This record gives sequence, structure tokens and C-alpha cells, in this order.
Amino acid sequence: MDERSSEIALIHKAQALNLKKEHRRQSFWVALMWLFGLITVSILILVVGYVLLKGGTAINWEFLTTPPKGGLSGEGGISTTIGTTFYLVGLTLLIATPLGVGAAMFLIEYAGEQSLGSKFLRSMISIANFAVETLAGIPSIIYGLFGYALFVSTLKFGFSLLSAALAGACLVLPTIIRTTEEALLAVPDDYRRGSLALGATKWQTLYRVVLPASTPGIITGIILSVGRVISETAIFYVTLGGSYRMPTSIMDSGRTLALHLYYLAMDTRAFDKAMGTGAVLVVMIILINLLIDFVSRKLTAGVRRVR
Amino acid sequence: MNDTKLETINYSLYYGKFRALKDISIKIPKNKVTALIGPSGCGKSTFLRSFNRMNDLIPGVHTEGSVLIDGEDIFKVDPVALRQNVGMVFQKPNPFPKSIFENIAYGPRVTGLKDHHKLEEIVERSLRSAALWDEVKDNLGKSGLDLSGGQQQRMCIARALAVEPTVILMDEPAASLDPIATLKIEDLIHELSANYTIVIVTHNMQQAGRVADFTAFFYTDESRTGQLVEFDETKKIFTSPRDRRTEDYITGRFG
Ligand SMILES: Nc1ncnc2c1ncn2[C@@H]1O[C@H](COP(=O)(O)OP(=O)(O)OP(=O)(O)O)[C@@H](O)[C@H]1O
Ligand SMILES: [Mg+2]
Repeated sequence: MDERSSEIALIHKAQALNLKKEHRRQSFWVALMWLFGLITVSILILVVGYVLLKGGTAINWEFLTTPPKGGLSGEGGISTTIGTTFYLVGLTLLIATPLGVGAAMFLIEYAGEQSLGSKFLRSMISIANFAVETLAGIPSIIYGLFGYALFVSTLKFGFSLLSAALAGACLVLPTIIRTTEEALLAVPDDYRRGSLALGATKWQTLYRVVLPASTPGIITGIILSVGRVISETAIFYVTLGGSYRMPTSIMDSGRTLALHLYYLAMDTRAFDKAMGTGAVLVVMIILINLLIDFVSRKLTAGVRRVR
Repeated sequence: MNDTKLETINYSLYYGKFRALKDISIKIPKNKVTALIGPSGCGKSTFLRSFNRMNDLIPGVHTEGSVLIDGEDIFKVDPVALRQNVGMVFQKPNPFPKSIFENIAYGPRVTGLKDHHKLEEIVERSLRSAALWDEVKDNLGKSGLDLSGGQQQRMCIARALAVEPTVILMDEPAASLDPIATLKIEDLIHELSANYTIVIVTHNMQQAGRVADFTAFFYTDESRTGQLVEFDETKKIFTSPRDRRTEDYITGRFG
């Protein structure tokens, strides 16, 4: 009895000693993580701050509302490039969203059940899933080359909003498919079972219960894609061309903000204008990220509330 | 004698190679409450899901024998139509992330009803039958998820009633509820049995004794295959069971 209790006392002592050591170890690693965190944040702030400070001086109402003059001077504003950016974003998403959401719905909700019987279908589906994973990691210029070969030359759409939007849709499809897939997988099967048990068809179940419940995730994917289209250059360099005029139809060439920035930096000496354009771009990206944050937070809460 | 509403004849069910139910023959009477009792894993939930073909959704399931509703083979009925006729309440309340109103109106809506007045009528009637109306009538726009567990379960019952089924299947509907909410559900089951055929799975012997007109005792041995040991009026099962295993189970000697 006594032996046992002295043994326990020894164990407790050893534990106390060890705990002290573990506390020191923890403090070290936490301090290190703080340091890394601070470095990362400082770099980000430095880059963004530099662009905003430098570019901020170039930004005024006139800069935002007049079109670029073109040529090598880099004179003029950025109004048409803002317009083109919006057009391209809209057109790209108009193409990519239904395709991506539909594909994800098929892969998650239908493919599994239809592949049960057929080895061939099953392997097709795993290939499709693998393709989506891989395509998400391919550099955008590859999509650009593909878009150039297919849309610009073979289909003769030329350098145009249409070519660029089609290529851009290929670029963002994996993102939309994956975020939608994740959103669908996150919908509890209880909802599906509950709906089917009430005598709803599978489509009604999807349309009325599963899709609304996964809307926040789907919207997050769409907003991520918006950010992607706004910030890419290479892919649009080879599909959209570089006209600084306002496109009047989807067959017209144009320049997004990012593309304009590229032209200014490479072909002109208008460094201040380039910085100004960069600042506008950065502000847009920041706004989009705030929007993602807002949407995923508010809408996720919204699903818990009404509809 | 009672009319038979649901019937199985030599019914067996397999999950892949595993036989979960073996040769079950039972006649479940119309507009009565029938309880399915038995130890965990003996196939009660599986058997319950056979009546609305929810087992169809599980990959690898196949069956032998027949299941009849009103004398008709359920595998010849369109499963969607069957489920409109045979409602189900799950063990865990599973409201949709929609308002209370939309939760109840869901069934009627998917069956094609659009008229808002009619929907309002149905929502009220269903909530009243589920003894929930007074608690939620001023808050029909509130999310179903914001109700308490017991209220959610009664809402799910109302949701099932709104489709006008003739059969209601309940899988341990009170398992996640406190004693007061449980009593409310039991009263409700009792009332509903006048117009509906109710089949309820329960682990609670007192509950079976309180709500069920008939009780079926399922059992499984080492093979883990579920069998029907005894089916009779609840009174008889509880006072003079014919099978030794039934007696042991209800007196708490195992299970
Ligand atoms: N989806 C499934 N796939 C494979 N086997 C299953 C599946 N569902 C249930 N089973 C098996 O079938 C048997 C019966 O399960 P079931 O859920 O019907 O039992 P139960 O009587 O409802 O048990 P409990 O009282 O614990 O709910 C068990 O051995 C279980 O492991
Ligand atoms: Mg069960």
C-alpha cells in the first residue's frame, strides 16, 4: 500500500517536470508561428500599401471616366477597361456557372448511382473527377493557348469578348465544379431522405432542398471565379486581343484592367498610370474578397434561418 | 377481425451478401398502432424502411418474398407514389432549412398544389393534428431549425401528415426527446391511430405498452439475421408471450 503511494508520488513529480518542459516547448513554437505570421502579413501590407500609395495619386474622377488614349504615350484614363472587365466577367460566368453547377450536380448526385452497375461508367466518372482536380492546377496560359487555337483561329471568333469568355470559362470551370461539389457534399443526407420520404422525386429533392442549402458554397465558387477573371492576363492576352476601345458586341476585342496594366507596364513609360490601374485592380480584388467573406458568413447563417 | 393494411410474405432482405431479415410474414392491421420491438441490430429499422421502399436507396440491397399494401405488391407501385401514401418520421428530427410553413407545405407543393389558400389550410390542419399549432401559429415564418427537438419532431410528423398518407412509419420518433415531449408524441400517435395505420419502432417497452395495439418482437441470434419471433396484441405479448425469448426480452433479461 505504502509502496504504491510513493510510486504514484514519483509519477506525479515526473509529470509536473514534463509539463514545465512542454510549456516551454509550446511557447517557443507559438512565438515562431507569430513571427512567420507577422512576416507574411507585413509583406502583404507592403505590396498592397505600395501599390495603393503610388497608384492612389494617379487616381481621380477623370482617370476613372475617360478612355485610354492608346499609342505609346499611355495617356488617358481607364474607363473602357473597367467596362470591358465587367463585360468579360459577366459573359464568362454566364457560360461557366450553368455548366459547372450542372456538372457538379451530375457527378455528386447522379453519377454514383448510375455507375453502380457499369464498370465503364464508373471509370469514366473517376476520370472526370481526376480531370477536374488536375485542370484546377493548370497554368492559365495553357487555357489561353487552347482558347487561341480553338476559339480565335479554328472557330474564327477572332480576338473577341466571346473567345476570351469561352477560354475564361474553361479556366474557372474546375473552380466552380469543385466548390459546388463540396457544397453539395456538405448537405446532410437527412434532407435528401426527408424529401424523398415525402414523395418528392429526386429532381424535386435536388431543386427544392439540396440546391438552396448549397447556394452559399456555389456563390463562393462564383465569386472566386470573378476574382480569377479580373486578375488573369496571359489567357486574355491571346484571346481578347488588346483594343482599348469599348467593345460594342461580343465579337469585339477589348482590354481588361489587368491586361491594360500589362500593356502600360510593357509598352509605355506611363508608370504612374500603371500604378493607378494597379491600385484600382487591388481595390477590386479586396472588395471581392470581402464579398466572399460576407456571403459565406451571412448565407451560411441564412441557411440556418429561413430558406 | 381487422382489415390488413400492410403485409409481408416470406420476406427476406440482404445488404449485399449479408442477410439482415429472414422469412418474415406479418399482417399489420389497418388503423391500428403496431410496435416493432427487439434488441439493437435485429433489423427493425430495415424492416420499417421496407414499407416505403427507402431501402431502394441503399446500394446493394435486394429482397425476396413480397410486401403488400392494401393487397398490392409495393414493388409494382411507383416508389414516389408509394411514399406519398406511406409517410415516414425519422429517429432524428430532420426539418428542412426552411420556414415552418415551407416545411409543412413541402409535401403538398411537390405533389403539385400551388394555391396559397389551400396550402395555408393544410399547414394549419397538419400542425393542429400534430399538436404543434398553438406553439407556432404566430411564428410560421421562423426557421424549422430554430424549434426545440420535440417541436421539430412534431413538425416532421405534421409534414408527413400534410401529404395525406394512409400509413405513417416512425423509427424511434421519441428517442432524442425528453419525457414530456415523448408523452406529447405518444398522445399524438394515439389520436392519429383513428385515421392512420401507424408502425412504430421503439426500444422503450413502456412506450410500446402505452401506444401500441399490436406488437411484433424481432430477434437475432449469432448469425445477426433478424427474424420475427412473435406478433400479437400488445396485451398478449406483455402478459402471456408464447415464446421464451419474447418473455426474456420484455422482462429485461437481455437486449
Ligand atoms: N445500410 C446498411 N448497409 C449494410 N448493413 C446495414 C445497413 N443498415 C443496417 N445494416 C445492418 O442490418 C442489420 C439490421 O440493422 P437495423 O438498423 O435495421 O437494426 P435495428 O433493429 O433498427 O437496430 P437499432 O435498434 O440499433 O436501431 C444490422 O446488422 C446492421 O448492421
Ligand atoms: Mg433502428
